[in-house]
Amino acid sequence: MKRFLWPLGIFILLVGFLAAGLTLDPREVPSPLIGKAAPAFDLPVLQQPGERFDAAARRLAPSARRFAPSDMRGKVWLLNVWASWCVSCRDEHPVLVELSKKNLLPILGLNYKDKDEDAQRWLTQFGNPYQVSIVDADGRTGIDYGVYGVPETYVIDAEGVIRYKQIGPLTEAILEQKVLPLAMALKK
Amino acid sequence: MIPELGHFALIIALAIALTQAVLSLTGAARGIPGFIAVARPGAQGQFVFVAIAFGCLAWSFYSNDFSVLNVASNSNSSLPAQYRIAATWGSHEGSLLLWVLMLSVWMVAVSVFSRSLPDDMVARVLGVMGLIAVGFLCFMLFTSNPFERLLPAAADGRDLNPLLQDPAMVIHPPMLYMGYVGFSVAFSFAIAALLDGRLDAAWARWSRPWTTAAWMFLTIGIALGSFWAYYELGWGGWWFWDPVENASFMPWLIGTALIHSLAVTEKRGAFKSWTVLLAIFAFSLSLLGTFLVRSGVLTSVHAFATDPKRGIFILCFLTVVIGGSLTLYAWRANKASPGGRFELLSRESMLLANSVLMLVACAAVLLGTLYPLFLDALGLGKISVGPPYFESVFAPLMAPAILLAGIGPLVAWRNGDAAQLARRLRWAALAALLGALFVPLLFGRWALLTSGGLLLGFWILGGCFTALFIRIKTGTKFTTSFAGMLLAHAGIGVFVLGVTLVKSYESERDVRMAPGDTVMLGGYAFRFDGVKEVAGPNYAAVRGAINVQRDGQPVADLAPEKRIYRVQRNPMTEAAINGGVTRDLYVSLGEAVGPEGTAWTVRIHVKPFVKWIWSGCLLMALGGLLAASDRRYRAGSRERDALRAGDATVVRSSAA
Amino acid sequence: MRNLFFAFFFLIACNVNAIENTDPNTEQRIRQLSEKLRCLVCQNQSLAESNAELAQDLRRQLREQVAAGRSDGEIMDYLVQRYGDFVLYEPPFKASTALLWIGPFALLAAALAALVAILRRRRRAPEEAALGPEDQRLVARVLGPAEPGNKPDGDS
Repeated sequence: MKRFLWPLGIFILLVGFLAAGLTLDPREVPSPLIGKAAPAFDLPVLQQPGERFDAAARRLAPSARRFAPSDMRGKVWLLNVWASWCVSCRDEHPVLVELSKKNLLPILGLNYKDKDEDAQRWLTQFGNPYQVSIVDADGRTGIDYGVYGVPETYVIDAEGVIRYKQIGPLTEAILEQKVLPLAMALKK
Repeated sequence: MIPELGHFALIIALAIALTQAVLSLTGAARGIPGFIAVARPGAQGQFVFVAIAFGCLAWSFYSNDFSVLNVASNSNSSLPAQYRIAATWGSHEGSLLLWVLMLSVWMVAVSVFSRSLPDDMVARVLGVMGLIAVGFLCFMLFTSNPFERLLPAAADGRDLNPLLQDPAMVIHPPMLYMGYVGFSVAFSFAIAALLDGRLDAAWARWSRPWTTAAWMFLTIGIALGSFWAYYELGWGGWWFWDPVENASFMPWLIGTALIHSLAVTEKRGAFKSWTVLLAIFAFSLSLLGTFLVRSGVLTSVHAFATDPKRGIFILCFLTVVIGGSLTLYAWRANKASPGGRFELLSRESMLLANSVLMLVACAAVLLGTLYPLFLDALGLGKISVGPPYFESVFAPLMAPAILLAGIGPLVAWRNGDAAQLARRLRWAALAALLGALFVPLLFGRWALLTSGGLLLGFWILGGCFTALFIRIKTGTKFTTSFAGMLLAHAGIGVFVLGVTLVKSYESERDVRMAPGDTVMLGGYAFRFDGVKEVAGPNYAAVRGAINVQRDGQPVADLAPEKRIYRVQRNPMTEAAINGGVTRDLYVSLGEAVGPEGTAWTVRIHVKPFVKWIWSGCLLMALGGLLAASDRRYRAGSRERDALRAGDATVVRSSAA
Repeated sequence: MRNLFFAFFFLIACNVNAIENTDPNTEQRIRQLSEKLRCLVCQNQSLAESNAELAQDLRRQLREQVAAGRSDGEIMDYLVQRYGDFVLYEPPFKASTALLWIGPFALLAAALAALVAILRRRRRAPEEAALGPEDQRLVARVLGPAEPGNKPDGDS
């Protein structure tokens, strides 16, 4: 009698997994970079070419035109991957603009596979929450960061380690529940 | 008006199905002739109304009624007529209606071709099928109504996905669904037998032709799908181990096991509970496939647009149907008697081995398909399981089965003679060995796996010829059933040879060609003669001209296209194929490159023996057709009616 | 319409590096690699099949890495570091995938062992007619009497 119950038992287990599966997103790709150092890069900066964000001086130095993540050592910061051709970026943009006004932590943009003029026009039109926007014209740095869809946002700590990756647009809720608490905890 | 008529027809069909199911099952359980008599007309009435509903939807598509949401989302006024009709089943809602239509077709078939079965048995079978129909009709009416209106009506539709605008779209889904749904007949027979307590050889004899017919349709459906992907997608591939493809393959594997197991149960009364379990598994896998395609738990190119509510509904339905049948099985199956005795080497043991091997293969496919889900649900990370995995695992699992298929038909029932067997098979073994060693030399390249595949293919063909030869020599009667078995097994051999040769010896070049350039591949010279623009009924295309020659002799002029459909605007590749028995020449266009855009990237394939893959499947299906139409299933009805005249219901209180 | 048409294809062409007429072996290697890698933005397609922009970028990366002389293993590692195991169509053998890789073969072995055990037991089972006398009468009533020569023993 008992051996006839095996198929039913296995089936119930299967249904459990399938039910769990209904709550998951099979297309989301979690990042293997969490807890690892943010990949280095050396890229030009958008907006006024010829300006460089100098962490120590907190001033725009007119000579240099490039940015590397090591420039942000000692600070907890957000790296937001965006593009002017990306529709969902427009949805998340007001959230970022609001956040930048509160001055809680620096927000830097990675302008992914875009054209400078389009990007500048977009920022002028929708607001600019970024202290600088780094230009990744061919998407190579995006690949290094495991970017597969825009927008994506990374929380990077003072030692340059990626602590969190948000896939898809940021919302007020995600900011409040995940990003900001983490950033505040990291600052200490 | 017509969509509302269709909607109403579905509601009536639901009412009929519910009434019929409840009355039939109660009647059979309690022995109430009046209730039992509802079964057949109930099934037929259900068919009438589902057919009306289907007709209404098809008419809405054909007449471009864009006030119906489904039509507006999946069709377009410039879509050619045959595709407007095929678009009826091009969406989730429409394909569900097709599913229910197929179910009602099978129910009518059972109601008509079951005159020789006891009425209470038929009532139970139709009752169970009716319950399944109730589930699907509710699913449609509550979550996926194909007749939902779009008001105000759209000016024109969003067009059918260009990949689906193809003759295969007209046949592939109906064939596939005939197969999927056909297993519900075997399932219902199994449930009826469990409910009745009457698990015997007679039940197996009744079930068998239905199961074989469903298996035949599924074989055709899968083969068509594979062939379609081959010529449509432009990449020369024919099987991707995509979750939805696997969802159709798993019922096929269990269906194969079921056909073989039914043979033993019919002939010797053995393996009754195992056969019943296989029948439950086969249809359960069909239902699981329905869930996987429509719930969004797995990513697939074939998946329909999803909605969590639908996923939950199907999962609940699945749980009730499969959970219920497995519970019934656990409760009732042990009442079946074990049946006759037989030796370790015997036809029975060969057939049982087949069952076991098919089950393991199916379990492996299921494991691979669902494993990413398992890991994700347990928080153990996200992985992908694709063709490299399935190919490494599946082939070794199938090899023993194919080996046995060469031997099986030659082994006697009850007690096989090993020495005689070895003697009879020595020619087949020799042929297999020679084929495996020398055919690669014809292609100039020898590899272990290639020889392995060739060995299996030639072995099973050798076994078929040996069985044929022996039957002719001993003068035993040559039945349709035997012919069917031979043809189906031969089909497997042809299939294995095709797969082995194509995978071992196919060649491909992906090159940039300017007009006048020639590329050599596989002994053929491919000359690119530029492109020109053409317009189709609902698309604009660039058509390339490729001239193919061999040793200076013209072979073919191929015209691959790159199309842009006016509405959806995705570029689509139409490959050009010069097909042949021993090879296919396959050419597709890539992109325009170069300064003036006159040069193009062109992808050229030479695929040896690729047509053998689908020819093998066709042979298998033909074999199934012959086996299902064997005389003994259609035995004289006059005597039968006379015998049954004094026998309204057959009531049994204990199992055979 | 004509201009639009060619412009469309040009746009794609500008974004795609023209496939070099390089050594067919390199092409084949790139093709084989891209067939084993998953397109991350598609509905279950390999890098070889997909026309998505990210797929094109990743194929370009593959091409560069192959040209730089990296081995297949190194190239796969490169992508796994950035996108995780999800990008591989052949799951790596780890603790979490041990069941996946070993399971089918373990199941085969267990099933064959069970099969042999059942068959051995069956040998010792008492000989029993497939149908008892009452059942035979029932079958005769329903199916009609057995026809001579209808079911040769060779049939299944």
